[in-house]
Amino acid sequence: MNAILVRAARALAPIVACVGVSLLLGCSPIEPWVKPYERERLADPIMQLQRQSLVAKHNEHVREVREGSRGANGVQGGGCGCN
Amino acid sequence: MAATERLRALLRRAARRALSALSARGARLAAPLAGLLGGALSSVPAAAMTLPEDAAEAMYHLYDGGGVTAQGPALLVRKSLMDKVTLSGSYYVDAVSNASIDVVTTASPYKETRKEFGIGADYAYRDSLITVGYSSSDEPDYKAQGVSIDVAQEVFGGMTTIKLGYSRGQDDVGRKGEGFFDYAKHWRYRLGLTQILTPRWVATLNFEAVSDEGFLGSAYRAAQVFGALVPERNPRTRSSRSIKLGAIGEIMPRTSLHADYRYFYDTWDIKAHTFEIGGSRHVGESFLIDASLRYYSQSKALFYYDNAPTETLYVSRNRQLSTFNSLAPNMRVTYQYKQVPGQYEIKGHLNYEYQYYKFKDFTDIRTGQLYSHGAHVLQLLVTATF
Repeated sequence: MNAILVRAARALAPIVACVGVSLLLGCSPIEPWVKPYERERLADPIMQLQRQSLVAKHNEHVREVREGSRGANGVQGGGCGCN
Repeated sequence: MAATERLRALLRRAARRALSALSARGARLAAPLAGLLGGALSSVPAAAMTLPEDAAEAMYHLYDGGGVTAQGPALLVRKSLMDKVTLSGSYYVDAVSNASIDVVTTASPYKETRKEFGIGADYAYRDSLITVGYSSSDEPDYKAQGVSIDVAQEVFGGMTTIKLGYSRGQDDVGRKGEGFFDYAKHWRYRLGLTQILTPRWVATLNFEAVSDEGFLGSAYRAAQVFGALVPERNPRTRSSRSIKLGAIGEIMPRTSLHADYRYFYDTWDIKAHTFEIGGSRHVGESFLIDASLRYYSQSKALFYYDNAPTETLYVSRNRQLSTFNSLAPNMRVTYQYKQVPGQYEIKGHLNYEYQYYKFKDFTDIRTGQLYSHGAHVLQLLVTATF
């Protein structure tokens, strides 16, 4: 019984190794596919929604004091909800 | 770039050489491992984080709707020191005249002024940007203080930015004529991911957990039980989670489109959905126009009642906790007044938003009808970057 298991393990070993190597190969070639010199368009103001922190903060405040929800808007919270 | 490629090739060769000294079986694994090592090394970012620009901003802001007018000036100044650290200071005034439906039906209209100041510092080190801040807000019956720290780290050759943030707030809660009688504490934990997808598209994922403890209601607001007005009673703890997914892309030259969705839920059983879609476009040499539409919808808190039919431990008639939805079209015009490349830039901004709130289980006691109202939100801003 043990001999059969050992033989099966030996037979499967190359397959397991191949799968493992394929997985590693699958990981390795991923490189940043948008090069720094291709990011010029992303720096344009039209690609940035929160351009002025004062505006973002005021909008966040106006909503937080009127809605039950808060957070995940990328704005630091602060102040109180009293108006 | 050529130097980076040469270094990468050199490292790959060195890794292969080191691994080839292993056994014959090991050698079969050497090539992919070397490849993996090379791949990992190639993710060393090529660009460093940049500090926010030196800037001065002056704003007039207004909210006018539902009987409430809140307006005032706000100022922000930001200056870098030795290209490593940026210091900022801000001042914000909210002059509130409140004759909202709560106030006119259960109390007396009032006026008060809230003043807030904040200081902050940004520190850039290689691919990281660390931001710390402190803010203090003061009004006659409410004082709030908060500290925050945020770290942004670029990884994967600058394609991905990971942000982590933490804020801690401590408030003193008071009532006119009685002084400060309670406290509220707040904890906020933020996680953000920004991913460059293509040279024209970026995706963002934000998560935030917020916890509060202490007096979490209003010292003045009344609830309604069996038709009688009683002081509201809120739980002393609350915890919420929100997750937001968004994408922005340049769909044609000088024009971008964005869309966001946010899901929110908390331990008071409020669930909310927020959808926003909008676009931005350069018009001529000097104008930038943004337009967006935001739809918001939420379900009520467990203990929210328009008119409670039974006595419960907690009861509130705060319409912020009711079932409602709102629609808000927004328009922004940015005018570039003067630009001297490499020196300074002065811009004027006009932002206007109309908000329409429609409540599903909050009635106007005066008429017996479900309540709804519109509101105007205005921001006039002058910014100078130098």
